[in-house]
Amino acid sequence: MYDVILAPFVEFGFMRRALVGCLALLLGATPIGVFLTLRRMSLTGDAMAHAILPGAALGYLVAGLSLGAMTFGGVIAGVAVAILSGLVARTTVAREDSSLAAFYLISLAVGVVIVSTRGSNVDLLHILFGTVLALNDAALFLIAGIATITLFGLAVIYRPLMMECFDPGFLRSVSPLSPVAHYGFLVLVVLNLVGGFHALGTLMAVGIMILPAAAARFWTRDITPLLAIGVLGAFLSGFVGLLLSYYASLPSGPAIILTAGAFYLFSLSFGPDGVIMTRLRPHRHLEA
Amino acid sequence: MSVPMDGMILHFENLTLGYDRHPAVHHLDYAIRTGALVAVVGPNGAGKSTLLKGIVGGLVPLGGEIRLTGIKVSEIAYLPQKADIDRSFPISVFDMVAMGLWRKTGALRGFGREGERKVAEALAIVGLGGFERRPIGTLSGGQMQRALFARLLLQDARLILLDEPFTAIDSATVRDLKGLIRRWHGERRTVVAVLHDLDQVRTDFPETLLLAREQIAAGSTENVLTPANLDQARRLTEAFDEEAALCGR
Repeated sequence: MYDVILAPFVEFGFMRRALVGCLALLLGATPIGVFLTLRRMSLTGDAMAHAILPGAALGYLVAGLSLGAMTFGGVIAGVAVAILSGLVARTTVAREDSSLAAFYLISLAVGVVIVSTRGSNVDLLHILFGTVLALNDAALFLIAGIATITLFGLAVIYRPLMMECFDPGFLRSVSPLSPVAHYGFLVLVVLNLVGGFHALGTLMAVGIMILPAAAARFWTRDITPLLAIGVLGAFLSGFVGLLLSYYASLPSGPAIILTAGAFYLFSLSFGPDGVIMTRLRPHRHLEA
Repeated sequence: MSVPMDGMILHFENLTLGYDRHPAVHHLDYAIRTGALVAVVGPNGAGKSTLLKGIVGGLVPLGGEIRLTGIKVSEIAYLPQKADIDRSFPISVFDMVAMGLWRKTGALRGFGREGERKVAEALAIVGLGGFERRPIGTLSGGQMQRALFARLLLQDARLILLDEPFTAIDSATVRDLKGLIRRWHGERRTVVAVLHDLDQVRTDFPETLLLAREQIAAGSTENVLTPANLDQARRLTEAFDEEAALCGR
């Protein structure tokens, strides 16, 4: 048992780094994912992940494979797309989803053009699929720093954010904090996507946010356990996913996401609010 | 709070509110006394909901002004006709009702024992005692409305705006919630409610504002809800005119 589960991490430094990076990332990214699903913005996360690409690619053009430059570029591009689409939605007839789609598609096309004209295919693969098995100290600190900012940020905007999700009209009637909650949350989304793309790549970063969060919804009807179950499920996915990639020689990012996907399918089937348990619930009703 | 006992809390001065330059409330002049219990009635499209939306700042006047005396916009308690509440959101009745304590807790402060006691008390008053832990998704329409009133109660506001609070609500709930409105009136809170059931207005609301975009009549309910006034209101609510000329007033 020990040999199978712990030995890879004890024996190899890169596996330990990958595990630490994953756990740190998931600690912040999963609560963000929970709020994305509750705000019905699951696909927004996907769009934002693509929106980050040109910023990261520009950073790469200017400074090579530099962590700082790519992070900075990614955050700027992501926040710009979030704010622009938010502004368009609030000041014109366009809805937020259509304006976001417009801006992220433009952003994505710009990113692919930049990468394909100047970078090599290896670089494109790095950006798309990340390098969780090659996280250096700087990348680990960056991911841990993002997780720290995320948890503090969420603690501060937790109540207004919850009200903004549940009853935005009420929040606006009692407090001017509604835009703070909305845009503050979007900034946290972008930060976590950027952290995620160093480890898992742009395509996979959203998966680890959304899948455990969506899975947790089948286990509970209250937000506090929802956050806890989401994070636990995500930790488990990261741990098992890394082992899977180690033993089966799979690329690590997709292995982690696939494990999270398995957790989702398991929850969908066997969770108390999942497909099977709701069918099996006794037909006899209660007295009151 | 330096509000004279019989001062006005709310002034509409030559107020025009609307959408896309088309007026929904047109040149309204009226004032509401502190502690008044006012029904706003009128045909569909008469601008009743628009008026409430304007009071809470959700709509910038096309002309004229709304003046609040001794109260800030954020201190008004407002129950919209169709709140865009996500009823599948995973929180309990307690969490929802406790949002009414926002002015005391803000974003960061805890509820404390005092807060928990107040929430329980408010739930008991609206007839939902013991519902604290229930997920809001399991509430019926009437229970949800009771819970929303409990939240209003906790807001402890001196000006309360209700937009069609009794639409599609069972009669027992209506009776209880009307009791709550009378209680607020007794506490000298100002209550302005948009209603369409004129019998309800006659029995429970001493003062009425009859709107048909323009003010048709206002004052004591029995003088306002006359057949002649109601008939005039019905005729005055013109259809939306795409080619309407500029208003000369």
